[in-house]
Amino acid sequence: MAFGPYLLLALMEGLVKAAVLALTAVGLSLVFGVMRVVNVAHGAFFMLGAVLAYTVAQYIPGPAALGWLAALVIAPMIVAAIAAAADTLVLKRLNYDPEATIVATIGLLYILEQAALSFFGPDARPVEAPFTLRLQLPWFGFSGYKLFVILAAIAILLAVWWFMTRTRAGLVMRATQVDRQTARAFGIDVDRVYAGVFALGAALAAIAAVLLVPISQSHYLMGGDPLLLSFIVVIIGGLGSLRGTVVAALIIGISDGVISMFYSPTLAKIIATAAVAMVLVFRPQGLFGARA
Amino acid sequence: MTTKDRNAFAPSRRAVLAGMGAGLLATTGLVRPVMAQGAPLKLGFQLHATGIGASYGRWYQRTADAAAKMINDMGGIGGRPIELIYEDDGTDPKRGAEVVDKMANQHGCELILGTLFSHVVMGSAPRAGELKIPYLVCSEGYHVASGALNRWTLQPGITDVRSQISAMAPWVAANLGKKVTMVFPDYAFGHDHRDFFTAAMKAQGGEVIAQIAIPPTETSFTQYLPQIPAETEVLYHVMVGPGVLTFVKELGEFYGPGNGPKLFGFIDSLEAVDIATPGLEFLEGSHFWEAHNRVKPADAGEHEAAYRAAVGVDDNGASVADATDVSTYSHMFSTWETLFFIKQAMEAAGYTGPADRQKLVETMEGISDLPYGIERPQGAKVFNGKTHQVFGTQTISQVQGGKLVKVHQTSMADGAYDDAVDYTTMSF
Repeated sequence: MAFGPYLLLALMEGLVKAAVLALTAVGLSLVFGVMRVVNVAHGAFFMLGAVLAYTVAQYIPGPAALGWLAALVIAPMIVAAIAAAADTLVLKRLNYDPEATIVATIGLLYILEQAALSFFGPDARPVEAPFTLRLQLPWFGFSGYKLFVILAAIAILLAVWWFMTRTRAGLVMRATQVDRQTARAFGIDVDRVYAGVFALGAALAAIAAVLLVPISQSHYLMGGDPLLLSFIVVIIGGLGSLRGTVVAALIIGISDGVISMFYSPTLAKIIATAAVAMVLVFRPQGLFGARA
Repeated sequence: MTTKDRNAFAPSRRAVLAGMGAGLLATTGLVRPVMAQGAPLKLGFQLHATGIGASYGRWYQRTADAAAKMINDMGGIGGRPIELIYEDDGTDPKRGAEVVDKMANQHGCELILGTLFSHVVMGSAPRAGELKIPYLVCSEGYHVASGALNRWTLQPGITDVRSQISAMAPWVAANLGKKVTMVFPDYAFGHDHRDFFTAAMKAQGGEVIAQIAIPPTETSFTQYLPQIPAETEVLYHVMVGPGVLTFVKELGEFYGPGNGPKLFGFIDSLEAVDIATPGLEFLEGSHFWEAHNRVKPADAGEHEAAYRAAVGVDDNGASVADATDVSTYSHMFSTWETLFFIKQAMEAAGYTGPADRQKLVETMEGISDLPYGIERPQGAKVFNGKTHQVFGTQTISQVQGGKLVKVHQTSMADGAYDDAVDYTTMSF
């Protein structure tokens, strides 16, 4: 294949990766920003979203689009409820102590993965795409659904931005992020905010997963890669900065697409990890993070 | 001396009568079945219950349970019932070695069997050799016959990859095309395919024009597809793991329906997966290697129905309880056949316990002809005691209307190759 089309394919693949990654990482970044909780179970929430998407789609009769749409609504809601329960039952009892919450979320990760294996089984299960459209370019074909994923991710990220900056709930979250004690003094129910943020973060991971399952498959071990890449993106972008997270997701996603196509996927992972090390050494607050 | 003491030495009338009764029963044969069943023989099964091999593990367990039930119904091994001890290795080499230890030292198993994934075999076999416990793998890897392992490791239930490929290549070259691009996972199993298929194609006057190695944890494949040369006639794929469906779907998106090279794959890619799954339409008309036909062929052997019934598999290769629960049909027979191989060898060796382990391995090495029967539902086999590897026949199937239809069967001779090792000259 000639260089031009090759690069085009690499960029398109990279954009799809970046879109899913940005959604997942924004959830992780939000939880860290507001709650100062390093959520190791974030990948498990992603996996849970995918697994539930398959389960929901199985039970909805009629056209594939209907099942997928139902999954897009129901799966994130269930995942959010599980996350809110985990926050109230576990993280709150630990007083959000940083070390204790890391250990607790590792435990949560294992519980969720094992539960998925027990109830969902070990097989990779596909979810039918809401529509099948294949774009035939002169050099290669490309999935229309993949382009839809990019657009959907942009729309959802805009909605998150609007929610955080233009609504009262978003204002309360940002206030809690700046100073938990003062927020409490002003009558904000910090416990409810925390449960809500943890649920929202998990729901974003679940939405990303529902978008992804028609491309990839749901599998109980699928949470590992998104977790690692989300951490990379959040560290590069700056912990707690939504804008930084989106920019970093674009950089990592597209560079991953291009490098893995022209060189090797392993090299792409090496470069991403090396970038994290460089950021931690030279700019520990991340590209867009505020100085601690 | 007290009265109590005297009583202990003088049996009561009731005890004497009971003893006489028992003796009478024994001599008349009434209790013979109970007497004959000594302590059960514990056989350790290293199971991929979790991790990337979990789909296989589930069916390996079902098949082995069915075989054990049949063996016990037949009277066990040498009159002793068998008990399978399952231990999960997480499809992880490190845990695999720990499981071997646990089986040998904690559970007191007579031997260990059942491992599938080659990296777990490679991680576990050395420990089995150190503990001097027979280790019978169901892996199809070439690592046994290559001489890389030890005298205690044998593969009596399934043909190895090298033999499978040697048997397939002439058909591929004659029927599909001579310019082949290979896509394979970048570890031992994939490397076996790369090396042996490239050599086998060359011997047939064909050529492998590109070899595309894919990291085993990869989840997206479009990025590799531009590496497939345009002049490729046959795309040979042996991907394994949860990403396989994505691989096929992305091939379809890349080439478009009806376009692109002809596909030849190993069913390993789609074990436990329904071929009629949405997104797999691109496989229609393509060919697969199968060891044991998932969809019951018209010319199936006389024991096929009994085997399927015992394991709980319908004529489409899915669970009788759940049609969406598709089996790993081309691999799981190996656990069944390995258990019957163990029965045959233990009875021939007069095996009584761990002290006879060396004698057991020597007896296994002496076994050669393994005819077709309920013991070997996949087909007749020949065991090579020198290389510790069994040889059998293979089939090629075509996807027709979302189902695998058998189109070709190889002969035993097609899969033969020269011995690379003689384990019988190695010390125990």
